[in-house]
Amino acid sequence: MNAGGHGAAVRIEACGKTFADGTHALEPATLDIARSETLVLLGPSGCGKTTLLRIIAGLEVPDAGGKVLFDGKDVTGVPIEHRNVGMVFQSYALFPNMTVADNIGYGLKIRGMAKDERAARIAELVALTNIAGLENRRIDQLSGGQRQRVALARAVAIRPGILLLDEPLTALDAALRDRLRSELNRLLRELGITTIYVTHDQAEAMELGDRIVVMRKGAIAQIGTPREVYFTPTNRFVAEFVGAANIVEAPMEQGELILPGGRLPAGGEATAAKAIVMIRPETIRVTEVGTGPVSAVVDAVNFIGDRLRLVVSGAAGRPLNVDAPNTVQAKVGDRVGLSIAPEAIRVLPSES
Amino acid sequence: MRQYGVPRWGTILTMSQKSFVWLCLLPLAAVTAAFFLLPMARLVVAGAEGEHGLAGYLAILAEPRYRGTLINTVVLAAATTIVTLVVATIAGMFLQRHRFPGRAVLIAMLTFPLAFPGVVVGFMIILLAGRQGLIGELSNRMFGEKIVFAYSIYGLFLGYLYFSIPRVILTIMAAVQKLDVGLEEAARSLGASPWAVQRDVVLPALAPAFVASGAIAFATAMGAFGTAFTLATNIDVLPMLIYTEFTLAANFATSAALSVGLGLITWLILALARSFSGSTVAAAG
Ligand SMILES: Nc1ncnc2c1ncn2[C@@H]1O[C@H](COP(=O)(O)OP(=O)(O)O)[C@@H](O)[C@H]1O
Ligand SMILES: [Mg+2]
Repeated sequence: MNAGGHGAAVRIEACGKTFADGTHALEPATLDIARSETLVLLGPSGCGKTTLLRIIAGLEVPDAGGKVLFDGKDVTGVPIEHRNVGMVFQSYALFPNMTVADNIGYGLKIRGMAKDERAARIAELVALTNIAGLENRRIDQLSGGQRQRVALARAVAIRPGILLLDEPLTALDAALRDRLRSELNRLLRELGITTIYVTHDQAEAMELGDRIVVMRKGAIAQIGTPREVYFTPTNRFVAEFVGAANIVEAPMEQGELILPGGRLPAGGEATAAKAIVMIRPETIRVTEVGTGPVSAVVDAVNFIGDRLRLVVSGAAGRPLNVDAPNTVQAKVGDRVGLSIAPEAIRVLPSES
Repeated sequence: MRQYGVPRWGTILTMSQKSFVWLCLLPLAAVTAAFFLLPMARLVVAGAEGEHGLAGYLAILAEPRYRGTLINTVVLAAATTIVTLVVATIAGMFLQRHRFPGRAVLIAMLTFPLAFPGVVVGFMIILLAGRQGLIGELSNRMFGEKIVFAYSIYGLFLGYLYFSIPRVILTIMAAVQKLDVGLEEAARSLGASPWAVQRDVVLPALAPAFVASGAIAFATAMGAFGTAFTLATNIDVLPMLIYTEFTLAANFATSAALSVGLGLITWLILALARSFSGSTVAAAG
């Protein structure tokens, strides 16, 4: 389907936000979003994601000095109704006094589109979002998943330059969320509109984002592709928020971590009295006792189905989480060796 | 399998609970019968006990004086309701959505007349637009002509407005507070101008509040007596007519017929308004 071009490029320049009551919701942030890119704003609740999204939408004015540009044009003073953005709200905000079809067609009607043309466009979106048969329903006769689709159809109907989604799946139960996530992913790829997607769920962010902006307490903690954010977090907050991470503090000598369970090569030649490193659970290999560079004792074995999650102690200053293949034979109390590829050990800045 | 004890007790309990509920309803039934249904029935009967019998009811519509009064009253009540809704919606929306110094005082002032009986409202209209009133004084100084309208239909209209705006404002403010701001933002994101947002989102969401508070304003205006009585207007409204027929002419049958007519017409118009607004909501939704 042709959704009408591939949207606008967005630039946010030094956009901070202090609310009237004095809340510093957002530190001045600068950000470039390429045409037809999907950018995810990821962070815990209250970190300023919605505020940033609303500034881009035109529902919130940034503090003095902040600027929002669409395709190089300054739109900071342009109200939302003239920005041509499609928005999906966390609560969906569907009009209760209109049918599903009227909701989807509302933006088209406002634009003065003729009735037949409008009907054709609505039919197109009904097919695209898989809600055939619901056209004449009232909003209170829809399930949560159906509402989510209608909200998306309504936002996309106007062929927006930018699509903004604020936690569109958070209100749904887990199974539905997983299904809709991949559906949404397919749809966003198909539409190819510039998309800014807010979520606090890192799995959602990984699957949907071309790039992820990790936010913390109103500031940007890191910007990168899902792989960059996952494998090479630049600080401890990102390392722990995105995926599971073992954070180990230990002295380092010529690129080797000095751990209670042995010396672990971490690559490089660095020496430090106290290094902070991140090790992902799935990068730790469990070996025969005595074969790895580090030895440990198995404290717990949790069979999760597709893998084993072990907790081992004695290797580092604190217990380590280890994700092992589900074929590994390990029992509580076993002594094991651990080996970790030096590339998998990520040294983090000591202050973060 | 036979069961003992519990189910039988359960049955007994439900039985006695049921009769208990009925027992509680008894005083209500008695009060309704004694103070509502019986006088009402008596009123209806009295309306047909005049020299023309049941035709006395027809006289309400046939007799020009009665008919004129009836039309006056309905038009006045309708105009009061519409203007009240417009004024109270704009004021209520503004007051609920904006914070400014003096807001609490303003709300208090606007709702202050809630406590006033119609007599006091009439009195205030005379102070404002009567022969010695403020407006007359001012216009006399400015154009050398005394503007006096307290005793005309305009004075009455102003009094009714004064009476009903506070009630409606409070209802509208409560409804505005419950509006979902997200809906308005969604409409704007789709390109709707501020006017379109009001038309397509805000007003439909306030419709139930309009019907509820409009009904009260209309019924109050239909039956308002104190204001009209105090102003001693040169136009007749139905409650005044009933009063004069009853006390001055001792025409019980006609005043009873007029009373029943007043009730019926008010009820009919409210029912129409409700079903109309209900059907528009259904059609829109
Ligand atoms: N209108 C507002 N007035 C005052 N504070 C606000 C307002 N909106 C949000 N905040 C505050 O700003 C911070 C960021 O909020 P928000 O952007 O909604 O976070 P997120 O979407 O990441 O959960 C929070 O501390 C929140 O309480
Ligand atoms: Mg939010």
